Amino acid sequence: MKRRTFLKAGLATGATAVAVSAGILAPNTVLAAWNEAAFKTKTVDAGMTSVFGASNAADSADIKLKAPQIAENGAVVPIEVDATAMKGVESIAVFVSKNPVPLACTYKFSGAAVGFASVRVKMGETQDVVAVVKAGGKLFKAKSEVKVTIGGCGG
Amino acid sequence: MADISFRLKAENKGDAFEVKALFKHPMETGLRKNKATGEVYPADFINEITAKLNGTPVMVAEWSGAVSQNPFLAFRVAGKAGDKLEVTATSNKGDTGTQSADLG
Repeated sequence: MKRRTFLKAGLATGATAVAVSAGILAPNTVLAAWNEAAFKTKTVDAGMTSVFGASNAADSADIKLKAPQIAENGAVVPIEVDATAMKGVESIAVFVSKNPVPLACTYKFSGAAVGFASVRVKMGETQDVVAVVKAGGKLFKAKSEVKVTIGGCGG
Repeated sequence: MADISFRLKAENKGDAFEVKALFKHPMETGLRKNKATGEVYPADFINEITAKLNGTPVMVAEWSGAVSQNPFLAFRVAGKAGDKLEVTATSNKGDTGTQSADLG
């Protein structure tokens, strides 16, 4: 009985600690929890639907997608998405089309943050990188093929 | 819970400040296997980064294990010199790290 009480108390403390830390970590208004469902999608279209609610996006020359033509190291491929020429950029998503989960990362902007993001991603083979931008409530995209000589998934 | 360490700096680019962060993190996807034992290396990656300007969240990044090890992040804010920037990173394991910098 005593052991059970002790264990129960221990569990309760653990749960409280998690709740407290969740409270401290809970972001204020911009976003809630990590979008687990989106990071399980297996195609670019499914990922777009999961993140943005739709998968058709107009090609846009206003999205400056900078990616190397040839990536010597697929483990570290620099990708820069510059959508600052567009008005009302709300978010950017970067897809590495042949990755197990093509959705690599998303960025949501508000207030003073502008439509720009730069990151380095892992790519296992030559494929398209697709940047999807939500601006003014509409979706736009740009893509760039990156040739990969050494794959970046750690075998 | 461990600390996520990173360097943060903000550069004035004229019409906006470019904020750069360089994290120290394995960014383990959870898909990699130990070739000798067949055991999977458990997922351990930064999954969320929040940036606040003068206390207001302005950018939230959601990352997956597809982001490279010791990851780099750059974003831009149309702030002014003296604005207070605070960036917090969290991992799927609950590790966190926060750095602050003043714009300008």
